[in-house]
Amino acid sequence: MAVTDAKTLPPETVSPGAAETEIESSVSVASQWQLMWWKFRKHRMAMAGGVVTLIIYAIAIFVEFLSPSSPGVIRADYTWAPPQRLHFLRQTEEGMRWDPYVNGYKVEIDPEALKRTFVIDEEQIVDIGFFVRGEPYKMWGLWESDLHLVGSTDAEVPVYFLGADRMGRDLLSSMIYGTRVSMSIGLLGVFLSFFLGILLGGISGFYGGTTDNLIQRIIEFIRSIPTIPLWMGLAAALPTDWPPLRIYFGITIILSFIGWTGLARVVRGRFLSLRTEDFVMAARLDGASELTTIWRHMVPSFFSHIIASLTLSIPGMILAETSLSFLGLGLRRPVVSWGVLLQEAQNIRSVATAPWLLIPGLAVLVAVLALNFLGDGLRDAADPYNR
Amino acid sequence: MESPVLIEIKNLKTHFFLDEGTVQAVNGVDFTIHQHKTLCVVGESGCGKSVTARSILQIVDQPGRIVEGEILYHRPFRLSAAGNGEWTSGETGANGNSTTEIIDLAALDPRGREIRAIRGQDISMIFQEPMTSLSPIHTVGNQITEAIKLHTDMLDDEADEHAVELLRRVGIPRPEERLGTYPFELSGGMRQRVMIAMALSCNPALLIADEPTTAVDVTTQAQILELLEELQDEYGMAIMLITHDLGVVAEMADDVVVMYLGQVAERGDVDSIFHDPKHPYTQSLLKSIPRLGVSRNRQRLDSIRGMVPDPYNRPSGCMFGPRCDHFMPGRCDAISPPAIPLGPGREVHCLLYEDE
Amino acid sequence: MLQFLLRRLLYMVPTLLAISIVAFVIIQLPPGDFLTTMVAAMAAQDEDMDQAAMAALEEQYGLGQPVHIQYLKWMQGIVTRGDFGDSFGWNKPVSELVWGRLALTFVLSLASLLFVWVVAFPIGIYSAVKQYSIGDYFATFIGFLGLATPNFLLALILMYIAFKFFNQSVGGLFSPEYQEAPWTWGRVADLFAHLWVPVVIIGTAGTASLIRIMRANLLDELRKPYVVTARAKGLPEWRLLFKYPVRVALNPFVSTVGWVLPTLVSGAAIVSIVLSLPTTGPLLIRALLQQDMYLAASFIMLLSILTVIGTLVSDLLLAWLDPRIRME
Ligand SMILES: Nc1ncnc2c1ncn2[C@@H]1O[C@H](COP(=O)(O)OP(=O)(O)OP(=O)(O)O)[C@@H](O)[C@H]1O
Ligand code: SF4
Ligand SMILES: [Mg+2]
Repeated sequence: MAVTDAKTLPPETVSPGAAETEIESSVSVASQWQLMWWKFRKHRMAMAGGVVTLIIYAIAIFVEFLSPSSPGVIRADYTWAPPQRLHFLRQTEEGMRWDPYVNGYKVEIDPEALKRTFVIDEEQIVDIGFFVRGEPYKMWGLWESDLHLVGSTDAEVPVYFLGADRMGRDLLSSMIYGTRVSMSIGLLGVFLSFFLGILLGGISGFYGGTTDNLIQRIIEFIRSIPTIPLWMGLAAALPTDWPPLRIYFGITIILSFIGWTGLARVVRGRFLSLRTEDFVMAARLDGASELTTIWRHMVPSFFSHIIASLTLSIPGMILAETSLSFLGLGLRRPVVSWGVLLQEAQNIRSVATAPWLLIPGLAVLVAVLALNFLGDGLRDAADPYNR
Repeated sequence: MESPVLIEIKNLKTHFFLDEGTVQAVNGVDFTIHQHKTLCVVGESGCGKSVTARSILQIVDQPGRIVEGEILYHRPFRLSAAGNGEWTSGETGANGNSTTEIIDLAALDPRGREIRAIRGQDISMIFQEPMTSLSPIHTVGNQITEAIKLHTDMLDDEADEHAVELLRRVGIPRPEERLGTYPFELSGGMRQRVMIAMALSCNPALLIADEPTTAVDVTTQAQILELLEELQDEYGMAIMLITHDLGVVAEMADDVVVMYLGQVAERGDVDSIFHDPKHPYTQSLLKSIPRLGVSRNRQRLDSIRGMVPDPYNRPSGCMFGPRCDHFMPGRCDAISPPAIPLGPGREVHCLLYEDE
Repeated sequence: MLQFLLRRLLYMVPTLLAISIVAFVIIQLPPGDFLTTMVAAMAAQDEDMDQAAMAALEEQYGLGQPVHIQYLKWMQGIVTRGDFGDSFGWNKPVSELVWGRLALTFVLSLASLLFVWVVAFPIGIYSAVKQYSIGDYFATFIGFLGLATPNFLLALILMYIAFKFFNQSVGGLFSPEYQEAPWTWGRVADLFAHLWVPVVIIGTAGTASLIRIMRANLLDELRKPYVVTARAKGLPEWRLLFKYPVRVALNPFVSTVGWVLPTLVSGAAIVSIVLSLPTTGPLLIRALLQQDMYLAASFIMLLSILTVIGTLVSDLLLAWLDPRIRME
């Protein structure tokens, strides 16, 4: 191409403008990664998405400590207790004072329906403390503790920042525990899909011909059938008497069994295009050694694309798990995921009495949005040569 | 014998406003195109040739904009108003007292009715990539007749007939059958012929050809250039030909404009440019051709030492300074060389000639 | 074109075969065979099954014989007699249960598809043409939000709002008086009056992604040289836009039907469950929870076939629109 001729002249012929050119070339070759980072940083929504994603995964890691209680604790006398607002300052004679508290409940009986309902009682005060002792747990299944970030100072009196469900279980704690399950299923499912995708996409690209054709057909086939009914069919086949952990893995496998096709396409496409990319040729012409070429140009482009695709696949997994569990075909208590929690909201009566049961949906929304923005930004940054 | 002026460009500046900064793609260009003549524009890649051409039609891509200057179109009258009629020879007979109206194209609204009436009818354009410059999903006939139907009041079948005629004229065999084919069914050379037919459909006063032969092989290139010359004799339009190929310039041009980094380095008639180049840039361009005349082997302009500075870091003073052999410190990096007239239609922008 | 059609039809054969195998695998997956489940279920209802009936069923489904024989018997029933097996949950042949529900699913999915198109097309064009305008950002944001909201959640929220603030139920596809009525124009009108709620819910995610696709495609096309060529001819801007880039960008848009359709059918299934619509969804989930496998698998199979046919139609449409594909 005529366009690049002038730029590929040997550098020693450059005289007065030499200083300028050198700076320019060090900028343009030095760091692909840096270029991507700059580009990514400019994408504000993606940055925000990245931060939120990090926070969510951090929550998923420190679940036991962060939740005020445990999702399994049933308190039949707090059925559908509404959320209690956390007050940080308390009114005293000398004015406002730092002293976190929530208001307690009083029970009202609906004379018509003869139903007990809880209402917030402004008179009662439940002291809230940080780093309080409460429900005992086993951190990461390794050591025992009962330290919680926040909770009622009196272990006998429960607090429900986000309300309680039908069995008096704390929704906030359940949601925090659900973060671990939902987010890890997303991650695990994507890695399984990725493994399958690499394997089959690789085979497809390597052998080519009939094998490639066959695998492509299979991919097309899987993509052409409606996923939810198929997922439902497969998930329903998991024996009900399996232990929770096995169900968890079973569901993950089912999700990735259908989810790998997209990634396989990406992997195959990337591998194929890698060899013919213009800039690899350009780098060779520039006299860069093969290895530097690969490290500086091919690896960043390949990995960033794959990472972007992986990130963009996680939301799909999360949504799928949520849907399945919501339908009662996925995870079941004692394992809690956001979908399991939303199952409580399945009929309109419960939602009408306890609208806070929809809050786990918000968690799904935030997680999926954050991952989508992050993935979008990564994908854009992966192509530093495109505008 | 000077032929009448068709387009007069004065101090044209077209800039691109990007996030990273402003690209001064065209930065103060003057030149003139005469009726029935061929003007060749040469210069390294990125020097603003295409942007200049597009500015004439007001089809500069976003975020580009004409920021200054005039593009005066001396519009000749047509013998028949229908659009496909002959142009009158304009001012040839009369002196000074012109029969033309003058329109400043640069001042027109790029989306407005006036400029749209000029596009495709008075001035048309063909592009470098005949494959991507034609719509992939419309038939050749559809795309050729479009401009005809837009600018004249021909009916569908008249327009079709006219299109067949044009296709035959540009050397496409069995033109009747070609109307229904799609561009992807044609070879590169054929596509460029279709582009030419399309551009000629309303018998324009000026045909702008932006590197029309870069994407085709050497033989086809020769055929297409020959075709353009024939068509010019027949239809009498002026041609503005943008090219990298000095051989093409030598063969086709009446006048030459040499551009460097958005500015005119030197302009004049083809003989003076080739035999008496004044600007150091023109001189090195010509030196980079081993032997003139045997130039069919597609000599490139880009083989001058050094690089074109990037558009954000333009040198101060003379744009060519960093690569110039005659660089005069203290002068060339301080003063932007003005146009120094050397004769009728001949100008150079170089401080070496300031005192003359 | 005819050749293209024939080739596509031929391609469909292995796909259909694969679908039927997957459906059969789903039938086989739960532990125990159909008959034992059935007997157990009948025993639970204090009914007994006489030996003769059991033997007849055993013969009909080829139970006790190798799996591939069972598969062939099932297929034979479907192809020759339209017999998909029996639903023990309903004590009826599957074929009596599926068709009416499937038809409504079809109507629902089709309506959602139309909705998705009608909404996504203009917004996508607007977003691309006015790139980085407030409207574009707004559309993008709503698009992302639509993608991130599981449609059952949207259904729940809408139901809650309708219940809480309007004291109305948005479930169902018919008003009570038309629930069991035979088909009349009144019933059709009633159906359409109820249809829009699920259609909007099901269509949201698809609309969001199609807007993004239309926008991206159109932005690509707007940069292509043929647009400049057309502009250089003097075409007015809006005519140019619709004749060239929009028209070219329409092709990938049409071909996306292929993958939007499966999502829509999926969405229809789950939204129908939440809104208890008389489509396949609620019946499918009930069948799955009861392990009423012939019913469940038939639903899955028929939904898949429906989708594959939809994809075929979109391929044909695309070939009709795009000469490059047609003449391949
Ligand atoms: N759409 C655009 N956006 C931003 N900058 C542009 C755009 N089009 C052109 N430019 C800038 O304008 C300058 C001149 O470009 P132009 O296309 O006129 O060059 P040219 O002389 O035609 O080169 P070539 O021989 O490669 O066609 C270039 O430096 C380019 O960076
Ligand atoms: S002005 Fe100076 S630097 Fe520019 S071309 Fe002339 S001599 Fe060279
Ligand atoms: Mg150009």
